[in-house]
Formats: sequence, structure tokens, C-alpha cells
Amino acid sequence: MSRLAGLFAQLQNAGRAALIPFMTAGDPSLTATVPLMHALVAAGADAIELGMPFSDPMADGPSIQRASERALARGVKLRMVLEWVREFRTTNSYTPIILMGYLNPVEAMGITPFAEAAATAGVDGVILVDLTPEEGRGEAVALQQCGIDPIFLLAPTSGQERMVTVRSMGSGFVYYVSLRGITGAAQADWAAVLQRVQNLRQQLGLPVAIGFGIRDAATVAQVAASADAVVVGSALVDQLAECATDQEAVATAIRFIKPLAQAVRTTERRSA
Amino acid sequence: MGTYALPDASGHYGPYGGRFVAETLIPALEELEHAYQEAQRDPEFRAELHSELRQFVGRPNPLYHAEHVSKELGGAQIYLKREDLNHTGAHKINNAVGQALLARRMGKKRVIAETGAGQHGVATATVATRYGMECLVYMGEEDIQRQSSNVFRMRLLGAQVTAVSSGTRTLKDALNEALRDWVTNVESTFYVIGTAAGPHPYPVMVRDFHRVIGDEARVQCLELTGRLPDCLIACVGGGSNAIGLFYPFIEDKAVRMIGVEAGGLGLSTGQHAAPLTTGRPGVLHGNRTYLMEDEDGQILPTHSISAGLDYPGVGPEHAYLKDSGRAEYVAATDAEALAAFHRLCRTEGIIPALETAHALAHAFRLAPTMRSDQTIIVNLSGRGDKDIHTVAALEGIHL
Repeated sequence: MSRLAGLFAQLQNAGRAALIPFMTAGDPSLTATVPLMHALVAAGADAIELGMPFSDPMADGPSIQRASERALARGVKLRMVLEWVREFRTTNSYTPIILMGYLNPVEAMGITPFAEAAATAGVDGVILVDLTPEEGRGEAVALQQCGIDPIFLLAPTSGQERMVTVRSMGSGFVYYVSLRGITGAAQADWAAVLQRVQNLRQQLGLPVAIGFGIRDAATVAQVAASADAVVVGSALVDQLAECATDQEAVATAIRFIKPLAQAVRTTERRSA
Repeated sequence: MGTYALPDASGHYGPYGGRFVAETLIPALEELEHAYQEAQRDPEFRAELHSELRQFVGRPNPLYHAEHVSKELGGAQIYLKREDLNHTGAHKINNAVGQALLARRMGKKRVIAETGAGQHGVATATVATRYGMECLVYMGEEDIQRQSSNVFRMRLLGAQVTAVSSGTRTLKDALNEALRDWVTNVESTFYVIGTAAGPHPYPVMVRDFHRVIGDEARVQCLELTGRLPDCLIACVGGGSNAIGLFYPFIEDKAVRMIGVEAGGLGLSTGQHAAPLTTGRPGVLHGNRTYLMEDEDGQILPTHSISAGLDYPGVGPEHAYLKDSGRAEYVAATDAEALAAFHRLCRTEGIIPALETAHALAHAFRLAPTMRSDQTIIVNLSGRGDKDIHTVAALEGIHL
């Protein structure tokens, strides 16, 4: 069983949702990346989304845009991101790692070399924001052949046909974008979002993670009552951006994640 | 038109084009595609577009025989397709009118646009006012500085101009920001993309709204010279004016088609904006096409004297035409464009846009190698009034 499938099975038994923080690889510093990943786990993260920086992150709001720009200015390359995952895996063999980014840097490496290198490093899932299922058939197959889950996005605007395509091509989980906007944008209409989740899970037969616009423990608890996983990105990235040293970044991450981890652990899920 | 039938049903030109966007935009692109297909089939829409192009834009514009410069060069006869005489001074208005009519038909009350040189922003602001829509234009901070008169024009026309300070603060970043706006406001908003690039159906739609350039030029050339031109030349940033001129000639295999990219400080310096000449295929802004990128797939900063060509990608149909060999792509440097700018001013009494001057530079190189009974059509895509501050500054003159 893959790490992601194992995690969701285990949490199903525990009756709670997963907490998945997002951080941009190489921000707030190159040397902080691996210690931060361990800190997130220590603070209660169940899986980690690691952002692969791109020069033109068109679906991201200012927080993640700036984090990408800073990381690229520090010289982050896709191979470095994979090397950090490998380093993380030397002392953590159980926490799923999901890479999130845009297609072009992956394509520049070549999808098969990328999938092989990512699998060797210990990556579990890949989200490419600008790769739709229609355009991404070859990429999805290449990832799955290496044992990596291609994770697709669904949005409030997605139609029925979309569910069918994603069901046939995606694996691991589905990332449900909770609002019609970019990362870090305003709060969603949670009642409507959560109502949709039950529906999605049944139709897709995949766990549903919810992200975009989740910034605090209260919202995490609200979302965790219905979703299989809660993704927190921009709010964490903002906190980390303020940190002057790696030690401060690690301490900040732990302080920020702990109450969110507490929230998923004390929220009982409504029957799925 | 004969056998050329691209794009295919999913918006691909061979391996190029397609639809690479965040999931949130997929339904909006599908809605747009259906609305556009319906509009194309609707005689009323076509009649209204035609009437607007006549009455508001001022079409048809002339195909002008540039006799003086042709004589001076001593080779082929150069004809200029005078898109600079359109209302708002460039070809951009053809597409802006088309997309705005479509937006109105779709019931959208708000239009947004990205702009580089500001010509597309001005065109969009103009049509938004004409059709009673709210208009917001995204423009890179650096472009706002070098094109201040166009910024003022947009504001005079009632548009809001929002400075984009992310990335390289130029056209590509304005496009990112406009996409972010569209993702957020997708139900109320129509995104008027200004070039023949972006996710399907934009490249085909923009081409279709600009093909009037080539359609007119074809008829005018036959009237004036009794035969088809030997060569078409147009500048290529995203490539909208070039595809508009080229498309109706694609099946006329004897007609050479040459796109001229911005060679900046010279191709060997890396300081340019010539993805077709020097780049490789990748995915940016919703389509697969030639890009200027580093070996890690990060998009490279570009340089051009003209803001309108300062873009690291290009429309997917040009990528296809390059690979298939049907069109050729070359570059002209800042210095060559500037020389061509001055030459046209002084020989023909026409001040061309700096973008257009790149096409002229190549025409002036090529004409002397051709016979005097041969013809070149250059798309005079825009007028140069917006660029006089840039040109003056380069010559140490403060206006």
C-alpha cells in the first residue's frame, strides 16, 4: 500500500482528517527546508506539500508568488527539491510527501526522468496546477508507473464530466479548491464547500483534500469535520517569510502548526 | 481555404497550443469556446462585427505602396498594410472589438486585459467604453514607466490601470495577474487576451478576429499589382498581427511568410525576446509553445526596445508554422529597429511603432536582394506616437 493510501486508511479508522501543510522548497532559506519538514511532522502534520518554485506561478496569490521568487533567487532547482526529499526520507520513512508546482520545470527535466528521480527520492504524490487531466494523460501514466500518485484539482466550477475524468486518471486523493480564486485569497463559503465534499468523495472513490483560504484553527476544525484532509499553505508561508534564522523558522512552524494539528485531532468527522 | 485546418477540436496545432490552466478556469474556457462558436455561426454577430470594423475602427485601411523607400533600397516593392490608421492606432482594436462584442453577447459586465506597450490596453479600454463595460487593465510597472502616454490614454478612457510588481514587472507578469483576476472573478468577467496565445480558444479566436488584415491585404494586393505578394513580413511578440496577416495566405505556398522577433541587444547577448529563434518548447500561460527558459524550465527575463515584443513566449500557431517550415522566423535588434524607424519617418512620412520597426528592419534587409518586380507586404501594425519619448530619450533629448 502506498504511503498516501496507508495514511488515509489509518485516519479513517481514527475517525479524523489529515492536516497537510504546504511550504515552498527553499524558503525561507535553503538550509531550513529539511529541518522545517521534520518540524512540521513533529508539530502534528500528517503529510507535507512541498512547493516546487516556478517563475510564473499564475494560480498563486502574493504569499506563494513571493516565496517562489525568493527561492528561485536563492538558486533552487528541481533537482535540489528532490534531493531535500531524499534527505528527509533518511530519517522519516512514513510521512507522505506531495510535490506541488507547475508543469514547465517538470517538462524541462522530462516527465519520465522526473518521475523516476522523484520515486527514488521518496515522493508520494505530484500536483501540477496547470496540468489538466485532458492534457496530462501521458504525465499521469508516467507518474503511476513509478508508483507516484498524480493528484488532480477540482473546483467549485467543475462539472460532472470532470468528475468522471478525474476518477479515471487521478489517484491518492483529489485536491478540492475551496474557492474561486488564487491561493491565500479570502474565505470560502464553507457550508457550500462542505456539502459538496460528501458528494465528491462518493462519486470519486478518493479521499478529498480541501485547500485555498484556510488560515486558522477554527477554520481547520470546520473543514476537518467533513474533508479527508485540510491543506494550509499561504498562512504558513507568510509566517515563515518573517523568520530571520533557520531556528526561528523551525520554532515558528511548530508554534503555528500545533493548534491546527490539535484541531484535526479533536474534530470528529461526520459520517463519510 | 484548402487543407490547412488547425487547430484541432481540442485547440492543438500539432504538439502546440492546448489548454494548460488551473481547474477553476476550465468551465470558463469551455463557456467561451461555445459562445464563440455560436457567435461565428450567427449572421447577426458577423454583421455587427463587420459594421463596427467599418464605422468605429475605420476599415478597410489602405495597402500603401512605399515607393520612396522601395526606390532607395533598389529592390522589391514594399507595400505597407496600414493598421496604424485604425482607430487607436494599431491592429489591436480588431480583436478588442471582436472580443468585446462576444463579452456583451455573453452578458459579462466587466472586462480585464493585460498589456505590454499599452496598445491592447488602450484598445480594450476604448471598446469597453463603447459597449458600456467596466474595464481593468494590468500592466507591468516597468512598462508603465516606458509607456506613460498610453497609461494616461487608458485612464482618459475610463479604465482602471493596475500596476503589476511581481516577477520581471513586464507583459508576462501582467498576464499572470490578469489570469489570477479571472480565476477569482470568473463569472462576472471576460478576459480580453491581446495576443494570439493563451489557453484554447484564445489563439484561434484572436487569429480569426485579426484575419481581416490578411483578407484585405490579399484583395488589395491583387488589385494593385495583379498578383499575390512574394513575401509577407510582420513583427512577432505574441504574434497577433503576424498571424492576422499570414493566415489567409497559408495555402498560397509561393508566398513567403517571415515573422520578425525582437533581437534586443543581439541574440548572442541573451538580452532579447526571440523564443522562436532561440528558445525551445514548453508550457506557459495556458499553452504549449516556444519559450525563452533556462535549463531548469524557469522563464527567462526578456529585453526589447519595444514593450509590445518584450514577451518570452509566442502564439502556438507560430510554433507550428515554424516547425512545419511554412513560415520563417528571424530577429532584428534594437539598433536595427531604431534605424528602420527613422528611415520610414524620413522616406514615407510615417512614424511606425517600435514593434513594427522590427518588421521594417527585416524588409529593408531583404528588399535589396529581390527583383524590382517582386513585392513585399509589411504589416504596419501600429503608429509610433506612443514611442517618441523612448526614441527621444535614446538620443539624449528630453521632451
